[in-house]
Amino acid sequence: MCMDDFTELKKGREKWQEKKSKMKDRDFQFMTVSSLPVNEIYTPEDTAGFNHTRDLGFPGEYPYTRGVQPNMYRGRLWTMRQFAGFATAKESNQRYKFLLGKGQTGLSVAFDMPTIMGFDSDHPRALGEVGRVGVAIDSLADMETLFDGIPLDKVSTSMTINAPAAIIWAMYIATGEKQGVPSEKLTGTIQNDILKEYIAQKSWIFPPLPSLRLITDIFAHAARHVPKWNTVSISGYHIREAGSTAVQELAFTLADGFAYVEAAMAAGLNVDDFAPRLSFFFNSHIDFFEEIAKYRAARRIWARRMKEKYGARDQRSWLLRFHTQTAGCSLTAQQPENNIVRTAFEALAAVLGGTQSLHTNSMDEVLALPSEKSVQIALRTQQVIAFETGAANVIDPLAGSYFVEALTNKMEEEAEKVFAEIDRRGGVLAAIDQNYFQQEIADAAYIYQRAIDKKDRIQVGVNEFVDPDEQLDIEILKIEPQIELEQAARVRKLRETRDNIKVNECFDSLRNAARGTENLLPYILDAVRVYATEGEIVQVLREVFGEYKEKPTF
Amino acid sequence: MADRRIRVLVAKPGLDGHDRGARVIARALRDAGMEVIYTGLHQTPEQVVEAAIQEDVDVIGLSVLSGAHMTIFPRIFQLLQENKADDIMLIGGGTMPADDVKALKEGGWVKELFTPGTPLDDISGWIQANVKLD
Repeated sequence: MCMDDFTELKKGREKWQEKKSKMKDRDFQFMTVSSLPVNEIYTPEDTAGFNHTRDLGFPGEYPYTRGVQPNMYRGRLWTMRQFAGFATAKESNQRYKFLLGKGQTGLSVAFDMPTIMGFDSDHPRALGEVGRVGVAIDSLADMETLFDGIPLDKVSTSMTINAPAAIIWAMYIATGEKQGVPSEKLTGTIQNDILKEYIAQKSWIFPPLPSLRLITDIFAHAARHVPKWNTVSISGYHIREAGSTAVQELAFTLADGFAYVEAAMAAGLNVDDFAPRLSFFFNSHIDFFEEIAKYRAARRIWARRMKEKYGARDQRSWLLRFHTQTAGCSLTAQQPENNIVRTAFEALAAVLGGTQSLHTNSMDEVLALPSEKSVQIALRTQQVIAFETGAANVIDPLAGSYFVEALTNKMEEEAEKVFAEIDRRGGVLAAIDQNYFQQEIADAAYIYQRAIDKKDRIQVGVNEFVDPDEQLDIEILKIEPQIELEQAARVRKLRETRDNIKVNECFDSLRNAARGTENLLPYILDAVRVYATEGEIVQVLREVFGEYKEKPTF
Repeated sequence: MADRRIRVLVAKPGLDGHDRGARVIARALRDAGMEVIYTGLHQTPEQVVEAAIQEDVDVIGLSVLSGAHMTIFPRIFQLLQENKADDIMLIGGGTMPADDVKALKEGGWVKELFTPGTPLDDISGWIQANVKLD
């Protein structure tokens, strides 16, 4: 716009403001769900200095604000990937076949807590937790059952596993070998994001430095042997669920991403050898426009840093590709059917923000593991968005909205402030050690809860529009205690029947390698191939690496 | 002694890392004038009871989101009895089906359970009304 236009605009705005000042607004705090204040209107004044080529470009072109592919959903829709897993490998295998039969296009494995924390199902620490929040995987035998009848060269599989990611990934590669699928053909993702575990999700095993070594070992192994695999899914999801704001989710996640890039470069890897396989995972919370702005800002920040700061030359290294899950923390136990509506809006925001894959939460996930019916509604929600609403017809349809562009800029500016603060503290690892992230998130979570308690923020069915006579009429999926006993018996039997001489040889080699600097993946693969269990391999590494201890604060 | 502050141990048993609720509650109870000790994550029932006795607390507040509540509350209740520490009041919160909440309360395993959506002041108010300091 030229100066004359701005003068006109200013005059018009002042006139409107005067008219408006005589009217009374509702008694309500106009801010995003992250407590970011928003204006009543946005005009070209809010996007002054906006440069289409520099700030947006075209889809599939630097800085990728508008999306990572030139044709986005006109070429291929996002992958509809519902996170699932419970009980034993056999039950989960059946659920996967059910989902694939309903038109789902990728698998996403949820593991139980003992698997996530590196304990076998018969370990005392696993008591009461086997198969509860995901599937129990103790050894290659369980992994073979999990993917029985599902050809690994035909599906892509995302696995939500972090501290023991190298071991679970090795089991997946070995399952491929058993099916006759070479590792070069495997596609999928391991979450493998340990930094956000220290920050938010809190499922750690080893201290940060050996954990980062395992991650860079995975990067290097994938670059040579599993080239189509996404070696990390740098996750904001859990940071948001733990209570952060949208800006914190954005900034902490990208800061973790930069830390992985720096760690891998420090380990001698060439940035363009691993960066194209980095992927991201964001939350989609209930504040529609804030979320869309967050995704757009994320792509732009990542592209600029990768190109300008880390010197990546391969354009694929500049792309921030991401999975989205709708916000579990936005769902309510009260009137759970309302969660279908919340999830639909959140899913639409993710689509308008250009996500590559999407999980929509089921309405009953706030109460228990989802039933088949509610999982189907959640998947159908995505299909309605994809095929009925028209949202997938036009690429980045909100571009040029004064509000969305101003908010995208604001997200970027605020994120840059957070990056500066992390630098001032000596980097991500130092900031974790200083409890910076943990405290920031706890503060935001507390402010949010207090706002709900004071009704500064309305949650339908919770603090307003409450139904006092509500009777919960939702079928709850229960995990039978018998499952734990059976799974524990299965792993005990496996230890008796396998070749224990070979297993112990593998442990000795792994221990020696862990003490040195070699890539550990070949040693872990050898161990899982002879049916060493996850818990045993973790124990070998724990003896060398030690364990992480948190400093509890609130 | 009657004007001393209520001491609460906020504990997070189980293997999961969902500490948002525990930390928000810990802060709310502190703001309501109580002395709060937070155990941190991944505590075994034995560790929780040991910490409660060592810290000489009036109340244990357990945050359970792992689905293991039917195992954990009875186990901690039992350990408190075995250690002659059952004067410590056991309460809790988290994601639990209504039937389980009912069973745990009726079985006497836990004094009160607070499920998602409970205002923070209701929880601190309940504790202040139900804990008798000697």
